[in-house]
Amino acid sequence: MNPTSFIQLYVFVLAAFVGYQIITRVPPLLHTPLMSATNAISAISLVGSLVAAGSNRGSVSTILGFAAVTAATINVVGGFVITDRMLKMFKRDPAPASKEAKASGAPPESGKR
Amino acid sequence: MRETFTQVTYLVASVLFILGLRSLTKPDTARRGMQYAAVGMLLAIIGTLVQHEIVRYDWIAYGLILGTIIGIPMGTEVPMTAMPQRIAISHMVGALAATLVGVAEYWLHGASLGTAKISAIGFEVLFGSLTVTGSFMAFGKLQGIITGRSVTYKGQNAVNITLFGVTLIMFIYLIVNPGNALVFYAMIALALLIGIFMVLPIGGADMPVVISLLNSYAGLASAATGFAIGNNVLIIAGALDGASGFILSIVMSKAMNRSFNNVIFGAFGAAPTVSAKTATGLTVRSISAEDAAIQLAYAKLVIVVPGYGMAVAQAQHQVRELAELIEKKGGEVKYAIHPVAGRMPGHMNVLLAEANVPYDRLYDMEEINGEFERADVALVIGANDVVNPAARNDKSSPIYGMPILNADKAQSIIVLKRSMNPGFAGIENELFYDDKTTLLFGDAKTSLSRLVTEVKAV
Repeated sequence: MNPTSFIQLYVFVLAAFVGYQIITRVPPLLHTPLMSATNAISAISLVGSLVAAGSNRGSVSTILGFAAVTAATINVVGGFVITDRMLKMFKRDPAPASKEAKASGAPPESGKR
Repeated sequence: MRETFTQVTYLVASVLFILGLRSLTKPDTARRGMQYAAVGMLLAIIGTLVQHEIVRYDWIAYGLILGTIIGIPMGTEVPMTAMPQRIAISHMVGALAATLVGVAEYWLHGASLGTAKISAIGFEVLFGSLTVTGSFMAFGKLQGIITGRSVTYKGQNAVNITLFGVTLIMFIYLIVNPGNALVFYAMIALALLIGIFMVLPIGGADMPVVISLLNSYAGLASAATGFAIGNNVLIIAGALDGASGFILSIVMSKAMNRSFNNVIFGAFGAAPTVSAKTATGLTVRSISAEDAAIQLAYAKLVIVVPGYGMAVAQAQHQVRELAELIEKKGGEVKYAIHPVAGRMPGHMNVLLAEANVPYDRLYDMEEINGEFERADVALVIGANDVVNPAARNDKSSPIYGMPILNADKAQSIIVLKRSMNPGFAGIENELFYDDKTTLLFGDAKTSLSRLVTEVKAV
């Protein structure tokens, strides 16, 4: 295994670790937006498709690249738009009265929502 | 110089992605954080377009334009009720992009690929193609194009294991002989088949697990693309996506009391065993909308337990309307959300948020379970297995051990139900025969509308 691949493996393992730490703290409330968000982010594979479509390495690569650019762009655009649309819907209760009611009965929430 | 610029944009994008996901830990910061992540994406795209390698822009432009034209309505037009299908199809599209890049790389370099590269490309097309067909199957089941029931046949496991084994052998052979194109394409074909066979036995209520798992696979395919083309931002984004899907799969499987191994090997669709208890000799008490409305109108605390039935009936707006009326009468309304209620992680939360239910009224299972004893009424809307006490006290029940919402601890329970058919797992629900329970039969949306009218009249 050459040094470059090994550094890549480091990057992968560390990123997965960071991801694990962060994502375990995402409340179930936002699990659907989380899915669409990670989906949009991983559509960064668009950068790989751009290289395939634009580096003029023969028509097969160009056509496959074009299809990949199209697919990845769908996820980038659609993914971020729909995530934003969902997150926009999550609103706090405007009435402060319920706050007190909650403080009396509900268990401590440790910032979970 | 250009190379440095590209790398800097990738680095910034990676940081913004991580910050974006971090912002999702709190609903108040989430939106802003994801907007930053979108900026990161834009930077990475610009950073890529200025690279020396890219010499022609025509097909790139076509792809970007076509993708945007399709992507915008997929973001703005899809209704929240169709969100599980929407998520499934986006896993498919993402995995398709990764697979195509992998095929392009192989087409160009084929036999000259080193061990590390061909391994990366192998993983990329394997995870990619099985996610493409798997997600499409999930989409089909959720959309109702193919049967949502579990499809099983004799020797299913043997077929799947053989298929998986043969594919694995081809992959190993390919690492040793990267030049054998026939094996490469045959491997893709088999991986596509695996995706179909993997999702075939999955029934509707198991969908949250399968969608999470496919999320993870799509992420791993993206990460493998990063390894194949030597791109760190891809590796990072893929790893984040993979980790996210992985965590969700575990959360979902825990909530259904399925083992970790079941998740990893995708064998979670096992047909439910014959119901342990039958309902012979037991009777249910039905209730009229008028009587139910009186109970609700005078309740101090009502806990709503929504389930897939609410999503099917698209009754979330009526639920909110009823809740507002109860609040006007002086009661308090909370929502108890089971992790696997619905067809994907967080399904109920999104639907209720869409109906303008404030998110601080939505409670996770652990937060709310202690409060049922205080509740005057538990209003169960189209939920079944997640409130079945058999999970707690009947060792012979197939769902024994599954964590459930303690709806049975409430002072009284009103169940909105279409008919007396048992739930997904095919198990009778003792809760329905409880002395404290009454059933209001009919379509959830219609029943709720009737309740709204009646509560108004109280």
